[in-house]
Amino acid sequence: MTPYWASVSDFLAMGGYGLYVWGSFGVTALALAMELAALRARRRQLEDEA
Amino acid sequence: MTRINWFYYAAPARFYGLAGKLVPWCAAAAVVLGLWGLWIGLVVAPTDFQQRDSYRIIFIHVPASWMSMVLYVAMAFWSAIGLIFNARLAAMLAQAIAPTGALMTFLSLWTGALWGKPTWGTWWVWDARLTSELLLLFLYIGYMSLRAAIDDERRADRASAVLAIVGVVNVPIIYFSVQWWNTLHQGASVSVSKAPTMAAIMLQGMLVMALAMWAYAFAVVFARVRLIIREREQGAAWVRELRPAGALP
Repeated sequence: MTPYWASVSDFLAMGGYGLYVWGSFGVTALALAMELAALRARRRQLEDEA
Repeated sequence: MTRINWFYYAAPARFYGLAGKLVPWCAAAAVVLGLWGLWIGLVVAPTDFQQRDSYRIIFIHVPASWMSMVLYVAMAFWSAIGLIFNARLAAMLAQAIAPTGALMTFLSLWTGALWGKPTWGTWWVWDARLTSELLLLFLYIGYMSLRAAIDDERRADRASAVLAIVGVVNVPIIYFSVQWWNTLHQGASVSVSKAPTMAAIMLQGMLVMALAMWAYAFAVVFARVRLIIREREQGAAWVRELRPAGALP
């Protein structure tokens, strides 16, 4: 379970594939966060009506 | 041996409480598994000798793709139960699954495009696997649009259930597309790596991420079905009795 990377900058560069790797993981994180925010907004609306 | 009476929870009022108890456990499992899987996939796993570090997209792409299909089958299953038994809760579950399924399908296509560019040299190709997955996204969108277009909830349940059930034939087409047609997309990915020592840690990362996605999907679907129950049962006495408590649990 030791890190594969020699440094943080190596990790961020992803061997030159940073755009593709971080583009995948970043958009996934954003999409899940948006879904959770939408659920929260829907709950708020229900609470306001109540 | 005690027998569980599954019909007990078929009442939305009872399932509402059960789902509320399950959400935090599923959410906690999703967070723990997600962090563990990301640690393995992004930090611990070595690079791939052929695809270099672009292969790390697999840790999102495969779990999201699996979920896109699993959630569709679940949506079609609950739609069928809802139609056959005229069960409200089953229809509500199908309704709750659709947005998350659509999201997983989008993520499958998005990460696939970002993986295709460095490995195939193109973001998109009209290959059988990619095209059938795009059709899956349209099925989810069609399902949600159809629901939204019908004011009467019970009629919306029935109409969208028919669409969901008809569309389920697309799932085996997606799954077997890489065998049935000569596709640019690779075959089953669980045995993708050549080097056995690397395969173990990569496989572990992928399975942990898949479990994290399952847990996330359960948490979100249970949370959403609770909101749907409240929205649709607003006239019911038990929902009105929740109101003095103020904030929803």
